[in-house]
Amino acid sequence: MSSAIEVRNLQKSYTGFGLQNVSFCVPQGSIVGLIGENGAGKTTTIKAILNLIDIGGGEISVLGSPNKITKRTREDIGVVFDDICFHENLSVSQLGKVMQGMYKRWDMALFKQYCQRFSLDSKKRVGDLSKGMKMKLSITVALSHQPRLLILDEATSGLDPVMRDEILDVFLDFIQDEQNSVLLSSHITSDLEKVADYIVFIHQGKVIFSLTKDTLLYQYGILRCRTDEFKQIDKDDILAYQKKDFEWEVLVADKEKAAQKYKKCVIDHATIDEIMLLYIKGVQQCEG
Amino acid sequence: MEIVISSNTSKPIYEQITSQIKALIMSGELQTGDPIPSMRAMAKSLHVSVITVQKAYEDLQRDGFIETTVGRGSFVSASNRDFIQEEQQRKAESHLQEAAEIGRTSGISLDKLIELLTLFYTEEA
Repeated sequence: MSSAIEVRNLQKSYTGFGLQNVSFCVPQGSIVGLIGENGAGKTTTIKAILNLIDIGGGEISVLGSPNKITKRTREDIGVVFDDICFHENLSVSQLGKVMQGMYKRWDMALFKQYCQRFSLDSKKRVGDLSKGMKMKLSITVALSHQPRLLILDEATSGLDPVMRDEILDVFLDFIQDEQNSVLLSSHITSDLEKVADYIVFIHQGKVIFSLTKDTLLYQYGILRCRTDEFKQIDKDDILAYQKKDFEWEVLVADKEKAAQKYKKCVIDHATIDEIMLLYIKGVQQCEG
Repeated sequence: MEIVISSNTSKPIYEQITSQIKALIMSGELQTGDPIPSMRAMAKSLHVSVITVQKAYEDLQRDGFIETTVGRGSFVSASNRDFIQEEQQRKAESHLQEAAEIGRTSGISLDKLIELLTLFYTEEA
């Protein structure tokens, strides 16, 4: 399987913050979720992929063209950021016409169809739309020029559960064509738990893990135990741990194995949120 | 063809998919040569990731329930049902044998094991 996006050893330094050796890939036909706390480097990574910032080092290839996004690849990429940058005075239908002039493969019928599906009033001014509606408009525009790759930064954050579900439907529709791929960053990990194939976790400018979602959900587990039990746990089994007031929480990579080895301890399923929390707030034993 | 997925059991979603498709084939609702939905279509309608369905289909293929041809999709395998049943029975036998051995060596009574098996068998209908 070839990759839609391949990032290798990406470096970028700002004062007080930087990306260090960020590597991951987005295989064609898959949905990849980028997670991490605010300021972890998600948006910087996305900007680097889109060639909006100069990178300090490393290689990025997008849809087979290395390092520079060309005019051709720009046509093939649909981008949605968390704030909208269309002109406030245009109406929705006028915006459609402006975009038609920008993209060669703009599909006006598709644009209208999405507007209807998302109940966007074509006469309304962009400036008068609510935040959620603006987000829908942004996604509509990104999809209407028939991209091969969708890149979304916090696109589902301002939306209600019904709308988020509909957007997930749109993503799954989009990848019915195996050539298409999606990279999305989101704080709402329950959405990613549903549709994402791979999860990439960035923390303090580094990739902590890049794994299939099923590995995280079905193999990772959280072991809860008392202090004397904690001392007996093999250090190699611990990915991260945290001491709470009454118990220790330990993240393990294989919950079945851990359940056999440490029979006295409680072992729970780990949600993506819990895994993130333990890595960020707990003590890391080794980087996985 | 109907598949019901529960999102709050400990059973992984791919296992839920495989066991239900197996049941449909064993009950005869899906016949040899019947097409089954493409991985992407199933992922979309169940709202799960493609890789999850892919894993389910790979397991089904490994156990001889379905066949996948590139470009044509997946179909219920031609190997007959008796054969599959026999194969599955052999699998169950070997697991039971193991259980019996554990029971014998650690003094778990036969009645206890039967009781446990009955419990497991009726629990997940």
